[in-house]
Amino acid sequence: MTASNIQLDERGRLKHFLSIEGLPQELLLEILSTAEGFAPVGRRPVKKVPLLRGKTIVNLFFEPSTRTRTTFELAAKRLSADVLTLNIGDSATRKGESLLDTLRNLEAMHCDMLVIRHDCSGAAHFIASHVCSEARVINAGDGRHAHPTQAMVDMFTIRRTKGDFGVLRVAIVGDIAHSRVARSDIHALKSLGAREVRVIGPRTLIPPEIETLGVRVDHDLKSGLRDVDVVIMLRLQNERMQGALLPSAREFFELYGLTEERLAVAEPGAIVLHPGPINRGVEIDSQVANGPRSVILEQVSYGIAVRMAVMSIAMSSAAKPESH
Amino acid sequence: MELLIANGHVIDPAKGFDEVTDLYISAGKIAGIGNAPKGFKPERIIDASHRVVSPGFVDLSARLGGGGDEHGATIVSETLAAARAGITTLCCPPDTTPVLDIPAVAELIHRRAQQAGLAKVHCLGALTQGLGGEQLAEMYALKAIGCVGVSNAGRAVYNTEVMRRALEYAGTCGLAVVLQPEDHWLGRQGHMHEGGVSTRLGVPGIPETAETVALSRDLLLVEQTGVRTHFARLSTAKAVELLAQAQAQGLPVSADVTIHHLHLTHEAVGDFDSMCHVRPPFRTQADRKALRGAVARGVIAAICSDHHPHDVDAKTAPFDATEPGVSALELLLPLILELVRGRVFDLSTAIAAITCRAAQVLGIPAGILAIGASADVCVFDPEREWTLTENTLLSAGKNSPFLGRELVGRVTHTLLDGRVVFEEEADVPASR
Repeated sequence: MTASNIQLDERGRLKHFLSIEGLPQELLLEILSTAEGFAPVGRRPVKKVPLLRGKTIVNLFFEPSTRTRTTFELAAKRLSADVLTLNIGDSATRKGESLLDTLRNLEAMHCDMLVIRHDCSGAAHFIASHVCSEARVINAGDGRHAHPTQAMVDMFTIRRTKGDFGVLRVAIVGDIAHSRVARSDIHALKSLGAREVRVIGPRTLIPPEIETLGVRVDHDLKSGLRDVDVVIMLRLQNERMQGALLPSAREFFELYGLTEERLAVAEPGAIVLHPGPINRGVEIDSQVANGPRSVILEQVSYGIAVRMAVMSIAMSSAAKPESH
Repeated sequence: MELLIANGHVIDPAKGFDEVTDLYISAGKIAGIGNAPKGFKPERIIDASHRVVSPGFVDLSARLGGGGDEHGATIVSETLAAARAGITTLCCPPDTTPVLDIPAVAELIHRRAQQAGLAKVHCLGALTQGLGGEQLAEMYALKAIGCVGVSNAGRAVYNTEVMRRALEYAGTCGLAVVLQPEDHWLGRQGHMHEGGVSTRLGVPGIPETAETVALSRDLLLVEQTGVRTHFARLSTAKAVELLAQAQAQGLPVSADVTIHHLHLTHEAVGDFDSMCHVRPPFRTQADRKALRGAVARGVIAAICSDHHPHDVDAKTAPFDATEPGVSALELLLPLILELVRGRVFDLSTAIAAITCRAAQVLGIPAGILAIGASADVCVFDPEREWTLTENTLLSAGKNSPFLGRELVGRVTHTLLDGRVVFEEEADVPASR
């Protein structure tokens, strides 16, 4: 049922990082505490640690991305790995070659870790279940399924700002249906023991039976935001306005756009997250995005430390042959 | 040639016949049941002790490959798999390459099947040209070449006016219409049942209404036109309810379900198992229960394999990018027997659903052990245990969600027009 079997090795250590679902809470906590250790590295004059020296990491991006790709690239470089980034989204490879062929070619080059982003849900699982046994696979976003490193960045940001998860009410707002970030955030928040997780959006953007993931559904922003400690805003893709899901960006903002005024019903110390890139005036008002409650830029800078943590932990299970 | 199938448990649901007796075959026809015809001198005796002797199975939907895109599966390989599975009659839906919308394609399939001589292959002609849903296919010509019905296969006829006229024209030609109810718009981007599992996996969903909206529309058109219509591959409880209502109303409608939909639910997709990528999708436990009950009550007349052999590549990709379909000919009997053992329905109902009832749907003269009828016969051992592996599957398609499964019940002999087209090499002694 869960992804745990493929993500963990026989000793329960992280092998592939594909989805939050199925990972034990201790592992999430280990990632967070390891990330704490890496956070200062970026402020040093020499921004490198030698943990992955000699390792080759390939970033395989079948979908355009700036933020995730660059933070993965920087994370790998700060771990002293050799990094190659392939943007396959627009190249001929995309059309002619199957995903499996692409994988076999990269394996032939003996890379140690694959960071993959793909527009099909399950693409990272697919790669992980076909990769040779030594290589590690990190999911950098697959379709609408999961974006587990972004969820860990969000958890890291929340924990640093708000502390203990057990007292927190968290609202995730916007296009839940198409959001891999929302799914991974929900699993992470549930695993880490958040007091309450709410998802807020119009019925067209809330997937059926989402309650089975342990969340409360609200279609009204005002009642949904009441007393929350954390607001996670989601990016609304422009193409959502072209079909039958939404009439217009204006009406979406009218109903679900986050403004200072609407945030007033939240807890006084509530923080606002957004995985980026932001659509100002569509899902969030500039005043909020730039305001004191926004931790959006912190998310970006923590992104590197968290991805360093995930990469180093996944690689450590492959580090040496068993010595006992 | 005269052949005796001795001492078997003969089940012929068409006549309600069920006893241990002998079956006599002469010149390709059934010559006697229980009593030997005069002067019968068998050249061969098949000992069927402890085995079931039934009419050869009739499968309402099997894709045979070999229509032009040779990806492994051919009419020879797939009719061999059918013979291995006890299936003597099968229907090929029109979504072949090229599309079965002109007589030449049907003729080619008929000829290749005849040359192979392993199973009787009937064609369903296209309802609309190229299955495009806009221009009617030349149904009269398709009937003249031997098509047993017309269908738009898995392609929706979204234009309601075209659907109405297609029904009327098929009725004019005296052809049964086979419809796979799926709305053109709802769930068009979907790849699995829309529900908790699709939400968890982030795979675009196909809602229940994709089936029920199309079925409701088509039932109303059947009511208006009075044309005999068979609804293929139902997957939802709600569709069963709509169908039962229509039948109670006296509409000329029937339905089938695939054997895998009687076994699996959307939970089986697990973590993106592409073997469980099928269309219509596996749905909920409640849906499965309703489908099983509908077979037991006879609301759903037939169980089919909806055989869809794929090469390895077709299933080796992220879930959304894989081809839907299961290689299922050889699973038809053992998976049905599993439901019989689970008391979902009795053996006679089960065999009826893959013999006489399936044949009646399209008016095919098959699925019965009547004297003078073609001796299409299946002998199977209902207790034989075996394991499904890529090697035990004869089909060129190894795409099955049941690989590795322990199964019970296996065909030991298949006769087509009195000719043994399959028999197990290592024949287990009948005395045990």
